[in-house]
Amino acid sequence: MKPVILTPPLAEAAIETLKIGDRVFITGDIFTARDTAHKRLIELLDRKEPLPFDLSGQIIYYVGPTPARPGKPVGSCGPTTSSRMDGYAPRLMEQGLKAMIGKGQRSSEVIEAMKKYRAVYLAAIGGAGAMLAQCVKETKIVAYEDLGPEAIRKFTVEMFPVVVINDIHGGDLYRQAVQSYARI
Amino acid sequence: MKTIHSCAITTAVKNLCMQANYELGPDVLDALTGAKKCEESPLCREVYDILTENAVIAKRESIALCQDTGCAVFFVELGQGVHVEGGGLLDAIHDGVRQGYAEGYLRSSMCHPFTRKNTGDNTPAIIHIEPVQGDILKIIFAPKGGGSENMSRIAMLKPSQGRPAVKDFVVDTVRQAGANPCPPTVVGVGIGGNFEHAALLAKKALLRKLGSVHADPEMAAFEAEILQAINSLGIGAQGFGGTVTSLAVHIELHPCHIASLPVAVNLNCHAHRHGEIIL
Repeated sequence: MKPVILTPPLAEAAIETLKIGDRVFITGDIFTARDTAHKRLIELLDRKEPLPFDLSGQIIYYVGPTPARPGKPVGSCGPTTSSRMDGYAPRLMEQGLKAMIGKGQRSSEVIEAMKKYRAVYLAAIGGAGAMLAQCVKETKIVAYEDLGPEAIRKFTVEMFPVVVINDIHGGDLYRQAVQSYARI
Repeated sequence: MKTIHSCAITTAVKNLCMQANYELGPDVLDALTGAKKCEESPLCREVYDILTENAVIAKRESIALCQDTGCAVFFVELGQGVHVEGGGLLDAIHDGVRQGYAEGYLRSSMCHPFTRKNTGDNTPAIIHIEPVQGDILKIIFAPKGGGSENMSRIAMLKPSQGRPAVKDFVVDTVRQAGANPCPPTVVGVGIGGNFEHAALLAKKALLRKLGSVHADPEMAAFEAEILQAINSLGIGAQGFGGTVTSLAVHIELHPCHIASLPVAVNLNCHAHRHGEIIL
Protein backbone atom coordinates (compact mmCIF):
# COMPACT_ATOMS: atom_id res chain seq x y z
CA MET A 1 0.00 0.00 0.00
CA LYS A 2 1.25 3.46 -0.86
CA PRO A 3 1.88 5.50 2.28
CA VAL A 4 -0.40 8.48 2.89
CA ILE A 5 1.63 11.68 2.99
CA LEU A 6 0.22 14.92 4.37
CA THR A 7 1.75 18.26 3.46
CA PRO A 8 0.60 21.49 5.13
CA PRO A 9 -1.33 23.63 4.51
CA LEU A 10 -3.78 20.76 4.77
CA ALA A 11 -6.59 20.62 2.27
CA GLU A 12 -10.10 19.74 3.39
CA ALA A 13 -10.09 16.69 1.09
CA ALA A 14 -6.94 15.27 2.69
CA ILE A 15 -8.35 15.66 6.19
CA GLU A 16 -11.65 14.09 5.26
CA THR A 17 -10.07 10.78 4.19
CA LEU A 18 -8.20 10.28 7.50
CA LYS A 19 -9.58 7.56 9.77
CA ILE A 20 -8.55 6.54 13.27
CA GLY A 21 -5.68 4.06 13.40
CA ASP A 22 -4.29 5.20 10.01
CA ARG A 23 -0.51 5.38 9.87
CA VAL A 24 0.33 8.51 7.91
CA PHE A 25 3.45 10.58 7.23
CA ILE A 26 4.02 14.30 7.19
CA THR A 27 6.38 15.99 4.75
CA GLY A 28 6.67 19.76 4.84
CA ASP A 29 6.66 22.50 7.47
CA ILE A 30 5.05 22.12 10.88
CA PHE A 31 5.16 24.40 13.94
CA THR A 32 6.16 23.42 17.45
CA ALA A 33 4.51 24.79 20.58
CA ARG A 34 3.87 23.62 24.10
CA ASP A 35 2.60 25.02 27.39
CA THR A 36 3.98 28.55 27.67
CA ALA A 37 4.00 29.22 23.92
CA HIS A 38 0.30 28.32 23.82
CA LYS A 39 -0.40 30.63 26.73
CA ARG A 40 1.29 33.49 24.88
CA LEU A 41 -0.58 32.78 21.62
CA ILE A 42 -3.89 32.91 23.47
CA GLU A 43 -2.90 36.16 25.17
CA LEU A 44 -2.24 37.65 21.71
CA LEU A 45 -5.68 36.53 20.53
CA ASP A 46 -7.24 38.04 23.68
CA ARG A 47 -5.56 41.35 22.87
CA LYS A 48 -6.64 41.02 19.21
CA GLU A 49 -3.01 41.15 18.12
CA PRO A 50 -1.60 39.15 15.18
CA LEU A 51 -0.07 35.72 15.80
CA PRO A 52 3.61 35.14 14.93
CA PHE A 53 2.55 32.77 12.14
CA ASP A 54 -0.56 32.11 10.07
CA LEU A 55 -2.42 29.08 11.45
CA SER A 56 -4.55 28.40 8.36
CA GLY A 57 -4.30 24.74 7.43
CA GLN A 58 -1.27 24.30 9.69
CA ILE A 59 -0.09 21.56 12.03
CA ILE A 60 1.16 22.20 15.57
CA TYR A 61 3.47 19.65 17.13
CA TYR A 62 3.56 19.54 20.95
CA VAL A 63 7.28 19.12 21.54
CA GLY A 64 10.18 20.60 23.48
CA PRO A 65 13.33 19.13 21.88
CA THR A 66 16.72 18.58 23.45
CA PRO A 67 19.42 20.98 22.20
CA ALA A 68 20.82 20.13 18.76
CA ARG A 69 24.38 18.90 18.46
CA PRO A 70 26.56 21.06 16.17
CA GLY A 71 25.70 20.34 12.55
CA LYS A 72 22.34 18.76 13.41
CA PRO A 73 19.01 20.56 12.90
CA VAL A 74 17.51 19.33 16.16
CA GLY A 75 18.01 17.07 19.15
CA SER A 76 15.68 14.37 20.41
CA CYS A 77 12.12 15.48 19.62
CA GLY A 78 9.26 13.17 20.58
CA PRO A 79 5.77 14.36 21.57
CA THR A 80 4.75 15.67 24.96
CA THR A 81 1.40 15.05 26.71
CA SER A 82 -1.29 16.91 24.75
CA SER A 83 -3.87 17.33 27.51
CA ARG A 84 -1.92 20.25 28.92
CA MET A 85 -2.78 22.16 25.72
CA ASP A 86 -6.50 21.25 25.85
CA GLY A 87 -7.52 24.59 27.33
CA TYR A 88 -5.91 26.44 24.42
CA ALA A 89 -6.47 24.17 21.41
CA PRO A 90 -10.08 25.13 20.49
CA ARG A 91 -9.12 28.80 20.16
CA LEU A 92 -6.33 27.88 17.75
CA MET A 93 -8.61 25.63 15.69
CA GLU A 94 -10.94 28.62 15.42
CA GLN A 95 -7.99 30.41 13.79
CA GLY A 96 -7.58 27.69 11.18
CA LEU A 97 -5.33 25.11 12.87
CA LYS A 98 -6.04 21.80 11.14
CA ALA A 99 -3.98 19.21 13.01
CA MET A 100 -2.23 18.69 16.32
CA ILE A 101 0.51 16.15 17.00
CA GLY A 102 1.11 14.93 20.53
CA LYS A 103 0.37 11.98 22.75
CA GLY A 104 -2.43 11.08 25.13
CA GLN A 105 -6.18 11.57 25.37
CA ARG A 106 -7.80 14.94 24.55
CA SER A 107 -10.67 16.50 26.51
CA SER A 108 -14.25 16.26 25.27
CA GLU A 109 -14.14 20.02 24.51
CA VAL A 110 -11.16 19.52 22.20
CA ILE A 111 -12.79 16.52 20.51
CA GLU A 112 -15.96 18.58 19.95
CA ALA A 113 -13.90 21.46 18.57
CA MET A 114 -12.15 19.08 16.16
CA LYS A 115 -15.53 18.07 14.77
CA LYS A 116 -16.69 21.68 14.58
CA TYR A 117 -13.56 23.06 12.91
CA ARG A 118 -12.79 19.88 10.95
CA ALA A 119 -9.37 19.28 12.48
CA VAL A 120 -7.59 16.06 13.45
CA TYR A 121 -5.42 14.85 16.30
CA LEU A 122 -2.37 12.77 15.45
CA ALA A 123 -0.04 10.86 17.78
CA ALA A 124 3.68 10.59 17.31
CA ILE A 125 5.41 7.77 19.17
CA GLY A 126 6.18 9.00 22.68
CA GLY A 127 9.71 8.22 23.78
CA ALA A 128 10.99 7.77 20.23
CA GLY A 129 12.63 11.19 20.11
CA ALA A 130 15.93 9.99 18.65
CA MET A 131 14.18 8.25 15.76
CA LEU A 132 11.83 11.18 15.11
CA ALA A 133 14.82 13.55 15.01
CA GLN A 134 15.97 11.75 11.85
CA CYS A 135 12.81 12.99 10.09
CA VAL A 136 13.49 16.65 10.92
CA LYS A 137 15.63 18.20 8.21
CA GLU A 138 15.64 21.87 9.20
CA THR A 139 14.47 24.00 12.09
CA LYS A 140 13.99 27.72 12.55
CA ILE A 141 12.86 29.68 15.57
CA VAL A 142 9.64 31.51 14.76
CA ALA A 143 8.88 33.13 18.13
CA TYR A 144 9.63 33.21 21.85
CA GLU A 145 13.31 32.30 21.70
CA ASP A 146 13.49 33.15 25.43
CA LEU A 147 11.52 29.97 26.15
CA GLY A 148 14.44 27.74 25.13
CA PRO A 149 13.07 24.25 24.44
CA GLU A 150 9.55 25.70 24.57
CA ALA A 151 10.12 28.29 21.81
CA ILE A 152 7.94 28.10 18.69
CA ARG A 153 9.97 26.53 15.89
CA LYS A 154 9.28 25.69 12.30
CA PHE A 155 10.31 22.09 11.64
CA THR A 156 10.83 21.03 8.05
CA VAL A 157 10.06 17.32 8.21
CA GLU A 158 10.25 14.40 5.81
CA MET A 159 8.15 11.26 6.23
CA PHE A 160 7.45 12.09 9.86
CA PRO A 161 5.34 9.13 11.10
CA VAL A 162 2.09 9.64 13.01
CA VAL A 163 -1.07 7.70 13.85
CA VAL A 164 -4.55 9.23 13.52
CA ILE A 165 -6.17 9.32 16.98
CA ASN A 166 -9.20 11.59 16.42
CA ASP A 167 -10.66 12.06 12.96
CA ILE A 168 -13.32 14.55 11.86
CA HIS A 169 -15.94 11.81 11.90
CA GLY A 170 -15.93 11.57 15.70
CA GLY A 171 -13.64 8.53 15.91
CA ASP A 172 -11.31 8.22 18.92
CA LEU A 173 -8.62 5.53 18.66
CA TYR A 174 -7.71 5.71 22.35
CA ARG A 175 -11.28 4.96 23.40
CA GLN A 176 -12.29 2.55 20.65
CA ALA A 177 -9.14 0.45 20.29
CA VAL A 178 -8.75 0.10 24.04
CA GLN A 179 -12.33 -1.14 24.31
CA SER A 180 -11.70 -3.77 21.67
CA TYR A 181 -8.69 -5.20 23.54
CA ALA A 182 -10.05 -4.83 27.11
CA ARG A 183 -10.70 -8.09 28.93
CA ILE A 184 -12.15 -6.75 32.15
CA MET B 1 38.41 5.02 55.80
CA LYS B 2 38.32 5.83 52.11
CA THR B 3 38.77 9.29 50.68
CA ILE B 4 36.96 10.26 47.47
CA HIS B 5 37.55 13.61 45.83
CA SER B 6 34.44 15.61 44.95
CA CYS B 7 35.77 16.08 41.39
CA ALA B 8 35.66 12.30 40.87
CA ILE B 9 32.01 12.33 41.97
CA THR B 10 31.17 15.19 39.61
CA THR B 11 32.81 13.43 36.66
CA ALA B 12 31.06 10.16 37.46
CA VAL B 13 27.68 11.89 37.70
CA LYS B 14 28.29 13.80 34.46
CA ASN B 15 28.98 10.54 32.61
CA LEU B 16 26.00 8.81 34.23
CA CYS B 17 23.66 11.59 33.09
CA MET B 18 24.76 11.21 29.50
CA GLN B 19 24.95 7.42 29.36
CA ALA B 20 21.59 6.84 31.01
CA ASN B 21 19.90 9.21 28.58
CA TYR B 22 21.46 7.59 25.49
CA GLU B 23 21.34 3.89 26.33
CA LEU B 24 18.64 1.55 27.56
CA GLY B 25 19.77 -1.28 29.83
CA PRO B 26 19.76 -4.84 28.47
CA ASP B 27 16.92 -5.72 30.85
CA VAL B 28 14.74 -3.01 29.31
CA LEU B 29 15.59 -4.03 25.73
CA ASP B 30 14.78 -7.65 26.61
CA ALA B 31 11.50 -6.62 28.19
CA LEU B 32 10.52 -4.69 25.05
CA THR B 33 11.38 -7.66 22.84
CA GLY B 34 9.36 -9.96 25.12
CA ALA B 35 6.41 -7.56 25.10
CA LYS B 36 6.32 -7.49 21.30
CA LYS B 37 6.05 -11.28 21.26
CA CYS B 38 3.03 -11.19 23.61
CA GLU B 39 1.32 -8.26 21.89
CA GLU B 40 -1.70 -9.10 19.75
CA SER B 41 -2.26 -5.70 18.14
CA PRO B 42 -0.37 -5.19 14.85
CA LEU B 43 -0.20 -1.43 15.43
CA CYS B 44 1.38 -1.92 18.88
CA ARG B 45 3.85 -4.43 17.46
CA GLU B 46 4.93 -1.72 15.02
CA VAL B 47 5.46 0.58 18.00
CA TYR B 48 7.93 -1.92 19.47
CA ASP B 49 9.89 -1.93 16.22
CA ILE B 50 10.10 1.86 16.36
CA LEU B 51 11.20 1.80 20.01
CA THR B 52 13.94 -0.69 19.23
CA GLU B 53 15.09 1.41 16.28
CA ASN B 54 15.01 4.48 18.53
CA ALA B 55 17.30 2.79 21.06
CA VAL B 56 19.78 1.90 18.31
CA ILE B 57 19.84 5.46 16.93
CA ALA B 58 20.13 7.07 20.37
CA LYS B 59 23.12 4.93 21.31
CA ARG B 60 24.83 5.26 17.93
CA GLU B 61 24.45 9.03 17.68
CA SER B 62 24.71 9.91 21.37
CA ILE B 63 21.33 11.61 21.23
CA ALA B 64 18.76 11.41 24.02
CA LEU B 65 16.35 8.45 23.74
CA CYS B 66 13.56 10.84 24.66
CA GLN B 67 13.49 14.65 24.56
CA ASP B 68 12.28 14.57 28.13
CA THR B 69 15.61 13.89 29.76
CA GLY B 70 13.86 14.23 33.03
CA CYS B 71 14.22 15.49 36.49
CA ALA B 72 17.60 14.17 37.66
CA VAL B 73 16.84 11.75 40.50
CA PHE B 74 19.64 10.16 42.52
CA PHE B 75 19.75 7.39 45.07
CA VAL B 76 23.06 7.51 46.87
CA GLU B 77 24.40 4.87 49.21
CA LEU B 78 27.08 6.53 51.27
CA GLY B 79 29.40 4.17 53.11
CA GLN B 80 30.08 5.31 56.66
CA GLY B 81 33.76 4.83 56.00
CA VAL B 82 33.79 7.26 53.08
CA HIS B 83 35.19 10.75 53.41
CA VAL B 84 34.49 13.22 50.61
CA GLU B 85 37.18 15.86 50.21
CA GLY B 86 37.48 18.92 48.02
CA GLY B 87 33.83 19.93 48.34
CA GLY B 88 30.41 18.78 49.49
CA LEU B 89 28.79 15.60 48.17
CA LEU B 90 25.56 17.36 47.19
CA ASP B 91 27.39 20.15 45.36
CA ALA B 92 29.46 17.55 43.52
CA ILE B 93 26.30 15.80 42.30
CA HIS B 94 24.61 19.05 41.23
CA ASP B 95 27.77 20.05 39.35
CA GLY B 96 27.79 16.69 37.60
CA VAL B 97 24.20 17.24 36.48
CA ARG B 98 25.04 20.74 35.23
CA GLN B 99 27.98 19.45 33.21
CA GLY B 100 26.31 16.26 31.98
CA TYR B 101 23.18 18.00 30.74
CA ALA B 102 25.15 20.79 29.02
CA GLU B 103 27.86 18.66 27.42
CA GLY B 104 25.45 15.84 26.59
CA TYR B 105 22.94 18.08 24.77
CA LEU B 106 20.25 17.04 27.22
CA ARG B 107 17.20 19.16 27.93
CA SER B 108 16.96 21.36 30.99
CA SER B 109 13.51 20.68 32.31
CA MET B 110 13.50 22.22 35.80
CA CYS B 111 11.64 25.49 36.33
CA HIS B 112 9.98 27.70 38.95
CA PRO B 113 6.54 26.28 39.80
CA PHE B 114 4.70 29.54 39.11
CA THR B 115 6.81 31.77 36.87
CA ARG B 116 7.87 28.65 34.91
CA LYS B 117 11.32 30.21 34.52
CA ASN B 118 13.77 27.45 33.61
CA THR B 119 16.77 27.08 35.92
CA GLY B 120 18.77 26.55 32.73
CA ASP B 121 20.95 23.62 33.81
CA ASN B 122 18.48 20.97 34.99
CA THR B 123 19.40 21.54 38.62
CA PRO B 124 18.44 21.12 41.33
CA ALA B 125 18.70 17.36 41.18
CA ILE B 126 16.55 15.38 43.60
CA ILE B 127 18.93 13.42 45.80
CA HIS B 128 18.14 10.67 48.30
CA ILE B 129 21.06 9.67 50.48
CA GLU B 130 21.20 6.56 52.61
CA PRO B 131 24.09 5.86 54.96
CA VAL B 132 25.33 2.27 54.64
CA GLN B 133 28.12 0.22 56.19
CA GLY B 134 31.48 -0.05 54.48
CA ASP B 135 33.60 2.25 52.39
CA ILE B 136 31.88 2.50 49.05
CA LEU B 137 29.91 5.31 47.46
CA LYS B 138 27.20 4.01 45.16
CA ILE B 139 25.35 6.49 42.96
CA ILE B 140 22.21 5.46 41.09
CA PHE B 141 20.84 7.95 38.56
CA ALA B 142 17.31 7.76 37.19
CA PRO B 143 16.20 10.55 34.83
CA LYS B 144 12.44 10.77 35.36
CA GLY B 145 10.19 12.18 32.66
CA GLY B 146 7.25 14.43 33.42
CA GLY B 147 4.64 12.53 31.38
CA SER B 148 4.78 9.42 33.54
CA GLU B 149 5.48 11.30 36.79
CA ASN B 150 2.32 13.37 36.28
CA MET B 151 0.21 10.20 36.19
CA SER B 152 1.52 8.91 39.53
CA ARG B 153 -0.77 8.84 42.57
CA ILE B 154 -0.83 8.23 46.31
CA ALA B 155 -3.68 7.08 48.60
CA MET B 156 -4.04 6.60 52.32
CA LEU B 157 -6.27 3.52 52.38
CA LYS B 158 -8.02 2.02 55.38
CA PRO B 159 -6.21 -1.01 56.83
CA SER B 160 -9.47 -3.02 56.59
CA GLN B 161 -9.48 -2.53 52.81
CA GLY B 162 -6.31 -4.58 52.47
CA ARG B 163 -4.88 -6.11 49.33
CA PRO B 164 -7.96 -5.84 47.08
CA ALA B 165 -8.04 -2.06 47.54
CA VAL B 166 -4.31 -1.77 46.90
CA LYS B 167 -4.71 -3.74 43.69
CA ASP B 168 -7.71 -1.65 42.58
CA PHE B 169 -5.85 1.58 43.27
CA VAL B 170 -2.82 0.49 41.23
CA VAL B 171 -4.88 -0.79 38.30
CA ASP B 172 -7.08 2.30 38.37
CA THR B 173 -4.03 4.55 38.31
CA VAL B 174 -2.83 2.85 35.13
CA ARG B 175 -6.34 2.98 33.61
CA GLN B 176 -6.70 6.70 34.28
CA ALA B 177 -3.23 7.38 32.93
CA GLY B 178 -4.17 5.84 29.57
CA ALA B 179 -1.74 6.83 26.85
CA ASN B 180 -0.21 9.74 28.79
CA PRO B 181 2.72 8.01 30.56
CA CYS B 182 3.98 6.42 27.29
CA PRO B 183 3.02 2.78 27.82
CA PRO B 184 4.24 0.08 28.04
CA THR B 185 5.03 1.39 31.51
CA VAL B 186 6.87 0.07 34.51
CA VAL B 187 4.73 0.37 37.64
CA GLY B 188 6.48 1.12 40.93
CA VAL B 189 4.28 0.49 43.96
CA GLY B 190 5.19 1.59 47.48
CA ILE B 191 3.06 -0.01 50.17
CA GLY B 192 3.36 1.01 53.81
CA GLY B 193 5.63 3.48 55.53
CA ASN B 194 3.82 6.80 55.83
CA PHE B 195 2.68 9.50 53.42
CA GLU B 196 6.06 10.58 52.10
CA HIS B 197 7.79 7.25 52.56
CA ALA B 198 5.27 5.38 50.41
CA ALA B 199 6.09 7.70 47.50
CA LEU B 200 9.80 7.14 47.97
CA LEU B 201 9.27 3.37 48.10
CA ALA B 202 7.34 3.54 44.84
CA LYS B 203 10.19 5.38 43.15
CA LYS B 204 12.73 2.97 44.61
CA ALA B 205 10.70 0.03 43.31
CA LEU B 206 11.32 1.31 39.78
CA LEU B 207 15.05 0.73 40.22
CA ARG B 208 14.73 -3.04 40.39
CA LYS B 209 15.91 -4.86 37.27
CA LEU B 210 13.17 -5.81 34.84
CA GLY B 211 12.68 -9.55 34.76
CA SER B 212 13.73 -9.93 38.39
CA VAL B 213 11.45 -11.65 40.88
CA HIS B 214 10.47 -10.15 44.25
CA ALA B 215 12.38 -11.79 47.10
CA ASP B 216 9.14 -12.43 48.99
CA PRO B 217 7.14 -15.11 47.09
CA GLU B 218 3.87 -13.67 48.32
CA MET B 219 4.71 -10.24 46.93
CA ALA B 220 6.03 -11.83 43.74
CA ALA B 221 2.60 -13.43 43.28
CA PHE B 222 0.87 -10.13 44.08
CA GLU B 223 3.01 -8.34 41.47
CA ALA B 224 2.04 -10.93 38.86
CA GLU B 225 -1.64 -10.67 39.81
CA ILE B 226 -1.64 -6.87 39.47
CA LEU B 227 0.29 -7.01 36.17
CA GLN B 228 -2.23 -9.41 34.71
CA ALA B 229 -5.09 -7.09 35.68
CA ILE B 230 -3.27 -4.10 34.15
CA ASN B 231 -2.63 -5.94 30.91
CA SER B 232 -6.32 -6.80 30.70
CA LEU B 233 -7.19 -3.09 30.47
CA GLY B 234 -6.54 -3.08 26.71
CA ILE B 235 -4.52 0.17 26.68
CA GLY B 236 -1.51 -1.28 24.85
CA ALA B 237 1.71 0.39 23.71
CA GLN B 238 1.18 4.16 23.35
CA GLY B 239 -2.47 3.65 24.26
CA PHE B 240 -3.17 2.41 20.73
CA GLY B 241 -5.13 -0.56 22.13
CA GLY B 242 -3.39 -3.83 22.87
CA THR B 243 -2.59 -6.64 25.24
CA VAL B 244 0.59 -5.27 26.88
CA THR B 245 0.14 -2.06 28.86
CA SER B 246 2.88 -2.54 31.47
CA LEU B 247 6.16 -4.42 31.36
CA ALA B 248 6.33 -5.05 35.08
CA VAL B 249 4.87 -4.24 38.49
CA HIS B 250 7.48 -3.79 41.24
CA ILE B 251 6.42 -3.61 44.87
CA GLU B 252 8.36 -2.26 47.84
CA LEU B 253 6.83 -3.05 51.21
CA HIS B 254 7.48 -1.35 54.55
CA PRO B 255 5.80 -1.55 57.96
CA CYS B 256 3.25 1.21 58.55
CA HIS B 257 1.24 2.79 61.38
CA ILE B 258 -1.59 0.64 62.85
CA ALA B 259 -4.08 3.25 61.58
CA SER B 260 -2.77 3.43 58.01
CA LEU B 261 -2.35 1.64 54.72
CA PRO B 262 -0.46 4.06 52.47
CA VAL B 263 -0.02 3.11 48.82
CA ALA B 264 1.82 5.09 46.19
CA VAL B 265 2.09 4.34 42.48
CA ASN B 266 4.95 5.81 40.50
CA LEU B 267 4.67 5.14 36.77
CA ASN B 268 7.64 5.09 34.46
CA CYS B 269 7.58 5.17 30.69
CA HIS B 270 9.07 2.48 28.43
CA ALA B 271 12.25 4.60 28.25
CA HIS B 272 13.04 3.11 31.63
CA ARG B 273 16.41 4.75 32.12
CA HIS B 274 18.94 4.37 34.87
CA GLY B 275 22.60 4.05 35.46
CA GLU B 276 24.76 3.37 38.47
CA ILE B 277 28.35 3.66 39.50
CA ILE B 278 30.34 2.58 42.52
CA LEU B 279 33.28 4.72 43.63
